[in-house]
Amino acid sequence: MRNWYMDYLAPTSVEEAVGALAAQPDARVFAGATDLIPQIRAGRPEPGLLIDLKRIDRCTTVTKTDTGWVVGAATPTSRLTEDPDFSSTLPGLSEAAGLIGSDQIQNRSSLGGNLCNASPAADSVPAMLVNEVRAVVAGGNGTRTLPVGDITTGPGKTSLADDEFIVEFEIDAPPPNTGDAYLRMIPRTEMDIAVVGAGAQITLDADGNCAAARIALGAVAPTALRVADAEAALVGNPINDDTLAAVAAAASAACNPIDDKRGTIAYRKQVAGVLAKRAVKLAADRAAGTNANGAH
Amino acid sequence: MNTPHTKSVVSCTINGNATQFLADSGGTLLNALRDDIGLTGVKEGCGTGDCGACSILVEDRVTCACLIFAPEAEGATIVTIEGLAEADHLHPLQETFLEGAALQCGVCTPGFLMAAKALLDKNPDPTETEIRYALAGNLCRCTGYDKIIRAVQDAAERMRENA
Repeated sequence: MRNWYMDYLAPTSVEEAVGALAAQPDARVFAGATDLIPQIRAGRPEPGLLIDLKRIDRCTTVTKTDTGWVVGAATPTSRLTEDPDFSSTLPGLSEAAGLIGSDQIQNRSSLGGNLCNASPAADSVPAMLVNEVRAVVAGGNGTRTLPVGDITTGPGKTSLADDEFIVEFEIDAPPPNTGDAYLRMIPRTEMDIAVVGAGAQITLDADGNCAAARIALGAVAPTALRVADAEAALVGNPINDDTLAAVAAAASAACNPIDDKRGTIAYRKQVAGVLAKRAVKLAADRAAGTNANGAH
Repeated sequence: MNTPHTKSVVSCTINGNATQFLADSGGTLLNALRDDIGLTGVKEGCGTGDCGACSILVEDRVTCACLIFAPEAEGATIVTIEGLAEADHLHPLQETFLEGAALQCGVCTPGFLMAAKALLDKNPDPTETEIRYALAGNLCRCTGYDKIIRAVQDAAERMRENA
């Protein structure tokens, strides 16, 4: 039932949170509130019930498993960027998380919030796409696990039902000879929203050719997207000027951007190609074991 | 207009003191600190997490008080600018900001000091680049940033000498 007042709840279990979310249609879960509070200030209707996920252990726990990591969806991103093991294994994902706002923001912002706020420019999303991260979603009908790419459907929109929220993410450790990267174009060095973002995960074979490629773009379409044509241009081939040019062309062609104050359509398409190429190169250098520096 | 908000009693530790306050369910910790608890050293700039004027430490981590709902403070350990000095002794950062004139109007200063403290607590010898990144979430419209950066470098040096 819809209440006439606004309330705050800090459940300690997933079940309690699902029950509260299901019982009140205008309830809203949150983690760091770094998007939610500015949205309310900007005039969005206040939720009738704020459900703080940070007192649920599973939502704020980072666990290393035999195959990778399970990261609570409400975990502050600074916990990931400060984790040397996580950051050296998944430098692209860690650096993407490290680009979300200032230190003040990163002590509150989360992968779950960055994804579910559903901004096309969310920095962590292309990096999660190329790592094929899975979201564990809880709701009234139980729990389901789905690819991160199936969560956002458009700006501000997700595929989650009203009584569902993301509990945690399953992140695979990369296979051998694999590297990832995420690069962002902004007109300054910090504290801005992506004009274009590009993520890549590259696996090399024994000859140094590309054995597997995953490439994703952000801020150039209603949702972040994988670029299959760019991936196909690399697999089985050496990473050289010719194949990188094909990656850039495919990335530019995959864009469906908007014109806004951050960049024009033509500029975004051009930069998407350049960034995709650079992200592939950086990911490949990392796969080869070359010590490569990414975003700051 | 928005609906009325429920209120709940929140217990936390602020600047070393056990504190209870009545928290508005949809209100911010910034408003609670300033209006209900009287800690007006915490400044409101943008109210949307961009300027850092309301920076405080929660569990030793720098955050914007404007982006925290007041009831979230339950059980938390919070340090505001009012908790930075010890009795009559200013924190080295406060000393070097004064000596180096790293402020003019002063509205951004509490936030800069708390962000700088968070940095120096985990990195006693930061490079200039590290300082600039650590303070990227704090905006100053008066001084330019060079004096602030130098004050943080001077404070870091003083704290290392006295460590």
